[in-house]
Amino acid sequence: MSAPAGLPPRPAAAAAAFSPGGPGSSLEAAAPGSGAPRCQNGPMQSQMQFPSGYGSHLPNYSAPSGHYSQVPNKAAASHLDNQYRASYYPGYYSAPAQNVMTSVGSNVLNAQESHQLYNNTPPHSGGSSDRPVQGAVSSASYLHVSAQQSYSAFDNHYSTSVSSSVASQGFPLNSDHYAMPVVSGAMYPNVSYPPVAAGVVYGQTFTSQSLPAVGQFKETNAFSSQSTSVPHSLQQHVPVGYNTTLSTVSSAQAVQDNLSRNLTGSVPKVNNQINTGGIDSSQPVHSVSQNVPFTKPGAGTSAASAVMSSVRSPAPSLSSKPPSSPSVTQSPELALQEALDSSSTTSSASPVLNNYDALEGGGYPETRSVTSSPVPSPSVLQTSKASKPFGYGYPALQPGYQNATPPTPVQPSNPGHHSGFQHYAQQYPGVSQLSSSLGGLSLQHSQQPESLRPVNLTHDRNILPVSSVPAPVPNLNSDLRKLNCSPDSFRCTLTNIPQTQALLNKAKLPLGLLLHPFRDLTQLPVITSSTIVRCRSCRTYINPFVSFIDQRRWKCNLCYRVNDVPEEFMYNPLTRSYGEPHKRPEVQNSTVEFIASSDYMLRPPQPAVYLFVLDVSHNAVEAGYLTILCQSLLENLDKLPGDSRTRIGFITFDSTVQFYNLQEGLSQPQMLIVSDIDDIFLPTPDSLLVNLHESKELIKDLLNALPNMFTNTRETHSALGPALQAAFKLMSPTGGRISVFQTQLPSLGAGLLHSREDPNQRSSTKVVQHLGPATDFYKKLALDCSGQQTAVDLFLLSSQYSDLASLACMSKYSAGCIYYYPSFHRSHNPAQAEKLQKDLKRYLTRKIGFEAVMRIRCTKGLSIHTFHGNFFVRSTDLLSLANVNPDAGFAVQMSIEESLTDTSLVCFQTALLYTSSKGERRIRVHTLCLPVVSSLSDVYAGADVQAVVCLLANMAVDRSVSSSLADARDALVNAVVDSLAAYMSTASNLQQSMLIAPNSLKLFPLYILALLKQKAFRTGTSTRLDDRVYAMCQMKSQPLVHLMKMIHPNLYRIDKLTDESTIHVNDRVVPQPPLQKLSAEKLTREGAFLMDCGSIFYLWIGKNCDNNFIKDVLGYPNYASVPQKMTQLPEVDAPSSERTRSFISWLRDSRPLSPVLQVIKDENPAKTDFFQHLIEDRTEAAFSYYEFLLNIQQQICK
Amino acid sequence: FSSKNSSYSFFSCCLALFIITLSDLECDYINARSCCSKLNKWVVPEVIGHAVVTVLMLISLHWFIFLLNLPVATWNIYRYIMVPSGNMGVFDPTEIHNRGQLKSHMKEAMIKLGFHLLCFFMYLYRLVSKIAPKQQRDCLPAIISSIPLV
Repeated sequence: MSAPAGLPPRPAAAAAAFSPGGPGSSLEAAAPGSGAPRCQNGPMQSQMQFPSGYGSHLPNYSAPSGHYSQVPNKAAASHLDNQYRASYYPGYYSAPAQNVMTSVGSNVLNAQESHQLYNNTPPHSGGSSDRPVQGAVSSASYLHVSAQQSYSAFDNHYSTSVSSSVASQGFPLNSDHYAMPVVSGAMYPNVSYPPVAAGVVYGQTFTSQSLPAVGQFKETNAFSSQSTSVPHSLQQHVPVGYNTTLSTVSSAQAVQDNLSRNLTGSVPKVNNQINTGGIDSSQPVHSVSQNVPFTKPGAGTSAASAVMSSVRSPAPSLSSKPPSSPSVTQSPELALQEALDSSSTTSSASPVLNNYDALEGGGYPETRSVTSSPVPSPSVLQTSKASKPFGYGYPALQPGYQNATPPTPVQPSNPGHHSGFQHYAQQYPGVSQLSSSLGGLSLQHSQQPESLRPVNLTHDRNILPVSSVPAPVPNLNSDLRKLNCSPDSFRCTLTNIPQTQALLNKAKLPLGLLLHPFRDLTQLPVITSSTIVRCRSCRTYINPFVSFIDQRRWKCNLCYRVNDVPEEFMYNPLTRSYGEPHKRPEVQNSTVEFIASSDYMLRPPQPAVYLFVLDVSHNAVEAGYLTILCQSLLENLDKLPGDSRTRIGFITFDSTVQFYNLQEGLSQPQMLIVSDIDDIFLPTPDSLLVNLHESKELIKDLLNALPNMFTNTRETHSALGPALQAAFKLMSPTGGRISVFQTQLPSLGAGLLHSREDPNQRSSTKVVQHLGPATDFYKKLALDCSGQQTAVDLFLLSSQYSDLASLACMSKYSAGCIYYYPSFHRSHNPAQAEKLQKDLKRYLTRKIGFEAVMRIRCTKGLSIHTFHGNFFVRSTDLLSLANVNPDAGFAVQMSIEESLTDTSLVCFQTALLYTSSKGERRIRVHTLCLPVVSSLSDVYAGADVQAVVCLLANMAVDRSVSSSLADARDALVNAVVDSLAAYMSTASNLQQSMLIAPNSLKLFPLYILALLKQKAFRTGTSTRLDDRVYAMCQMKSQPLVHLMKMIHPNLYRIDKLTDESTIHVNDRVVPQPPLQKLSAEKLTREGAFLMDCGSIFYLWIGKNCDNNFIKDVLGYPNYASVPQKMTQLPEVDAPSSERTRSFISWLRDSRPLSPVLQVIKDENPAKTDFFQHLIEDRTEAAFSYYEFLLNIQQQICK
Repeated sequence: FSSKNSSYSFFSCCLALFIITLSDLECDYINARSCCSKLNKWVVPEVIGHAVVTVLMLISLHWFIFLLNLPVATWNIYRYIMVPSGNMGVFDPTEIHNRGQLKSHMKEAMIKLGFHLLCFFMYLYRLVSKIAPKQQRDCLPAIISSIPLV
């Protein structure tokens, strides 16, 4: 097929930012905002359009779409910390594939082409590889521009790669390679990015494809807006690389070394050395020498394509091709053709394509061929993209792995070691280049070796990434990866699941999942159908990872049972076509929501019922929370989630329990006092919980009166237990939410507690007692509540010890949430008051799901053995959640019961069945798919350090309650020691005298140290018991993103924000200052620093901070005049002020609870809080980071 | 001895109940709450019963049997005492599914069941061997056949 023939669909592709689906994408236009996610869609997804029928079920979601990515950019920012790159990257990446898809859809539909692809002739292959290169190059070069920081951070590696043979195209690809880990979060479809921009690139890259190579490359580069042409960018960067590298020469030598070794026939090395290694051992030298010239002319693409083709094709073609640009112009056509072929296979309705078994079967021989001839041919890889969903990434990777270890012993110890690392680095880009050039998203090729790169922890001081730490991308085929669940909702500690429990034990890393199932999503496919297709034996919901054996049958991916496809499922409402079950939205999205039928109800869906149980004793009135609460409620009364049936009630208590009759028709609220707290009863059971809309006036009257009703109370006792019993009685017929506000230790009636804290023991280094509950009253109550679908949320606002350990039980087991405001006072502690206000606003208006249950299923062979979070485990795998809220996170630990040798993929599925506040029964299903690996190094390569740390934190909380805090701390340290020791023993050639961690785990010791210094686990520093317990509660119930901020806050220097490396969010310019180490050495008196602790921002201002900054940003003339309790930044019309504010508001937007800002001057009492978070520093009771590393090293050597 | 035998058959029944209930829980037939409240009811009788039997052994100077029973009785008492204050008993519905507790409870019940069955037959043997010399030898089969009724 000629290039022009390929052209017509391209305009459509150019518009693909809005409707990449090409033909039949009319619906997209109705929801322009939803266009963005399309760009990431895989080949198959590009076809996905939802008929309006689907959309109509989305009252809560902004736009109907196959994807749940956040379309408004602002929202986009809210879920990823590395939005920028994350958001742009995938667009470029997927662009080529996407475009091809669209063009394919209308042109060729030859399902059998895949076979032909295997037997590609060299020219074809050259062409085919050329196509994706563009995507790679454009994205790479773009990243160069956008990610200057990451670039500079990796200078060393760049330089080596530049000096290496792959020069011209290796360079941008390298950058891509390095930027990749930062970006990897973006691989998931829920990442959004500005649709228009992506669209533009789309169009450009694609249309330019038919142009001669040089022009085209220029164009893609032009987009990147820094360097208009390739030669420039190259020449700009190359010297940089040379200048900045520490040991270019040595690395170059290493290259030489490698090359010579290659010549002597060490084949696997050659593979990596030269991009992706599709070359015979004799060829690399050729290709090298040929490619180098191209660096200079700047025909980047031609060089790239040349290399690509050379990679693929046998030697003769190598020498003939590269120089001629005509050959390149020709190749795009071929590329297209090729692409059409390959993509047509994907988009065609051939059942074979979705059949994993068939694919698996097909995949294995391929794998073997790869290993036998250690030259993984890129073309094969590429075709495999179209036809083999998995089993592919790894084989291709193997050489990389093999290569990664052998050179190490060669390296001498000190500086030589560095060059050794560079050496690897320079090898991998080739792989990355190939994968990125494959037009898919197969980034794992580069990511895997990168994540295995050994890092000498004691030497490398700057291990923090520039931007926030991304989630590793599972090493899956690009099709599957695109379909996979977002890491924000679903993360596994090991993205490469070990094959056996023995292997897992060897790795010494915990295996578990971190879930955030009810996360706020702006887009989510909602499916209404009378039959929800599920596996007949394990009840798994149909998901993208099942395989269709033929049109009528599908095979469950969890239990492998073959099920029938119901008649209804054959009809695809999306395309209004019949007989394409694999194109249904259920099979195209890993996160979907079903509207459940009455089969999923035990009773009619309950209305939203809210009951507030308020402490009105003297202590509470003194603290003054009632005013804030009533004010908040009044403001948000209309925003409370619910329908016309919503009911609300109030109970107050001191030494007695007061009920409020709000029955419609009364002239004013009626207070009913029950003083018999030993045998509590409901005075008028019918009129205490009233319809919100019918009795709105009375409710408002009550809320206005409430703060002043008890002003003169002298009652100091608190009968919380009886009040809760009453609340339970009131709620049990319907279920709903009880919000308890408590300000002191309950002192009367059932559930009374005694002070257990000994203030002298607060800073004890030995034993911390009383972390568990004192009585089972609250636990029993919580279980009763849970049984009646009632959740209890606790707001504890106390200035003295209130035994949170006991009180928290009422929320823990009823799936409630816990808020704690130590030393709360409305006027004396404005920061806490503001926090309460903000929390309440979020709390009252956020989504809520009632009478929920959650079940986590996993592939046969895996089993879940421990659950963390706030819920009640009703049966082995069924979590009973009376309420579910979008801020709740869960964690589970798993073990491998049976060996997973006969499968290459495992899947996890979370199904959350809940009643929405509108009275609909809904099921939200997330499915995560991960590869299985058999080697220890692969397990380490796939370790997700953040998930590991969060899971360990959860386990440590359990340990400290069931055993002791000291045990828990030891266990945390041992976790690092064991895993690093195990890693070092696998790479036995590593020098034992150094502390080496794989790149994927390089932050592990730092995070563990941060955990040890966290309030929950620290010893030696004075910590109030309630603070400690609250921190533990948070660890158990916070989702990963929030928990990570709590454990390891982000520190930014903000007094010199520049417009460099900014991102644009909703036409605001948001500067992106780099992350700083949490160490006082980074704080300078001349600077101003912002610490983002998740729930609080500290703004630390140095004594000699620039007066302009203080004037512009803080609005005060000089340092001395800045007040102590400053919680807001004034709106000053100055660029620095604007930048700071936009940065802070951008940080705020990225989380549901908007944090309070606290300005800290040197003499501020909050200073200690700030400095406690500088975890890399030594404190009187704890190690500094370096000491901690030495300590670990010592223990490893023992 | 016959009283002891019957007490051991009582323990065995008790443990069989434990096992059945726990496996019910494992198979998801009942929920954790009802399972635990059911089991916790039997924990105290088991502990007391076993302690009493053990003490009786000591009193009747059956040293060997006493020593055999002592560890199990001690473990029972220890387990009962070591329940954290916030838990709802030896079997806590909120924890039973965590950290393989269900499995360890199951294992424990199995081991104790085995122990009691062993004891049961041991006592039976001793009972029979004690009675048999006094009576005619040919009564033995009859006695043995009547054992299940004891």
